[in-house]
Amino acid sequence: MAIYIDKPKCIGCKMCIPACPYGAIDMVDDKAEFNENCTSCGACAYACPTGAIVLEMAGKGEVDTSEYEGLWVVGEINDGRMAMVTAELIGEGRRLAEKRDTDVSCVLMGHEIGHLADRAAGYGADRVFLVDHPALKRYRTQPFTDVLTGLINRNKPEIVLIGATSMGRDLASRVAARIKAGLTADCTELSINDETGLLEQTRPAFGGNVMATILCEFTRPQMATVRPKVMKPLEFDDSREAEVIEVPVEINEKSIATKILEVVKDESGSDVNLTEADIIVSGGRGLGDPKHFALIEELADTIGGAVGASRATVDAGWIPATHQVGQTGKTVHPKLYIACGISGAVQHLAGMSSSDVIVAINKDPDAPIFNVAHYGIVGDLFEVVPAMIEAIKQRRGDTA
Amino acid sequence: MNIIVCIKQVPDTSEVSIDPETNTIVREGVPAIINPFDENAIEQAVQMVEEHGGKVTVLSMGPPQAEAALREALAMGADEAILVSDRCFAASDTLATSYVLSTAIREIGDYDLIFCGKQAFDGDTAQVPPGIAEHLGIPQVTFAIGIEVDGRKVRVRRLLEDEFETVEVKMPALISVVKQINEPRRPGIKAKLAAKKKEVKVWDASCIDADACLCGFDGSPTRVVRTFAPSRNTEGKKYEGEPKEVATAVVEALIAEKII
Repeated sequence: MAIYIDKPKCIGCKMCIPACPYGAIDMVDDKAEFNENCTSCGACAYACPTGAIVLEMAGKGEVDTSEYEGLWVVGEINDGRMAMVTAELIGEGRRLAEKRDTDVSCVLMGHEIGHLADRAAGYGADRVFLVDHPALKRYRTQPFTDVLTGLINRNKPEIVLIGATSMGRDLASRVAARIKAGLTADCTELSINDETGLLEQTRPAFGGNVMATILCEFTRPQMATVRPKVMKPLEFDDSREAEVIEVPVEINEKSIATKILEVVKDESGSDVNLTEADIIVSGGRGLGDPKHFALIEELADTIGGAVGASRATVDAGWIPATHQVGQTGKTVHPKLYIACGISGAVQHLAGMSSSDVIVAINKDPDAPIFNVAHYGIVGDLFEVVPAMIEAIKQRRGDTA
Repeated sequence: MNIIVCIKQVPDTSEVSIDPETNTIVREGVPAIINPFDENAIEQAVQMVEEHGGKVTVLSMGPPQAEAALREALAMGADEAILVSDRCFAASDTLATSYVLSTAIREIGDYDLIFCGKQAFDGDTAQVPPGIAEHLGIPQVTFAIGIEVDGRKVRVRRLLEDEFETVEVKMPALISVVKQINEPRRPGIKAKLAAKKKEVKVWDASCIDADACLCGFDGSPTRVVRTFAPSRNTEGKKYEGEPKEVATAVVEALIAEKII
């Protein structure tokens, strides 16, 4: 990728200067000019009102893939903490990097995040790129895209992995479109092909009815977003150390197109984030009445789980949409998923069938949910669920 | 206020399956529908134009039969419909698709907002909306559950994992919407008949000045090399009988496997 200034078009307005996160633009004879800090990130091209800054893309087959090396994980930080999916991707990244005989770097972008370098190291990163700036305090598309694109252009990693979260899917799509790299969404399996060395990216499509394996042969980096809770992190080990590279950036708040006005925690349900929960107990139409979600909550409380719901119950207004599991709701991958009174429509299965262990309770022995369940209980949930709660409490009582 | 809504005609995924012999996707006889999230985008645009004036243009890339989806959008209240269709667009991945749509949007020209559904029901990638915004060099706000216009500014409430984030952005901007933003209207017979008489413009690659190298197979950095049926758990155990007994048996098994 290359960037150049079409000098006759430059009117010397200097709009590009505050837009550049790397301080790479000087004014020479009233015209913009790039200095050696330029990473071709393209931030200035969008700020230029006259189209004088041109980003030029390499065509198919024109990228020298041998220039690219190393595996990167783009970290996600929420309220000053590294998201679990980042640790998972570092763990998976180690496994892949070994096959490519290379190392794992983690990019952390945020504000006052120096302490997180040790977290990334403890989970297995060899190198940490630390980008600390007040404008990066909370995720926003534009500054994160500019900074990450610049880092990728300068360092040329071969593989870039990002969590398939709201942030990851927003950021990865924008960066991939800017650098014209191939990006595979929401992968559930990654491997390196023994012969070609290419990253094989496998993901569900068509509502989970089909799995597809995807390659990016001609572009670099090979980019993928990866579903949270699918990959296994390494055991945290604080004796591990990483090389920490602090990346200075200059970001001007005025050149950022979006402003965050308010952030409100979703208090409508339990305080557990469904996509991060280890145990989820979900209720479906079989509950018959919204008040019976109390039973689902009781079982969830007993085993420390979060409450999920089928689309039918959300559509009926029994429970807020934030609880919805499925293709139009959330995709979850807990260690244990208990489906109570859920028949198992394809669109529901798409959101939960990759859970480690699935327990289904349903009156109808032919309900499709039993096709994915490890433990299928044919019976009335109003009898079975209280009996399960009782049995769990009793067992706990026995051992306490 | 002029709003362009990008929509996709998709197979009803609940009817899609894999042929176990050939490992290819069976599409015959599968009904085609408007991507459900796009219906919310159309509804939102129609509502906002009803309130603020202006017009709604629906845009789709696809084969000629995708016209049916555009007609449904017209019945829902969109003013104009454009189908970009060309053999050289076939096999486009998300990058090539967003490029083609962005060139069509440039051709349409006059817009304040672009709406998309958060993702398509068949591919589930959510990559096209940010791709379009990037190609146009405008800001994106994804996963919107509420949109409020204030002059040239738009306040967007985003639905994230466990929080709502309100973002302010200036027009022009691209916004992708989630299911919970509204309830799409179901047009009546009259609206459907009226939509039948409206024009759906069809543009090919030359109409939108699309560079063939950036479309279709040539413009797509990703390639699907294999499709297969997901492994379904076939070793599941089924418990039937006295509720107390089966509940206890399953709880014991979960405890034995250290799951709870």
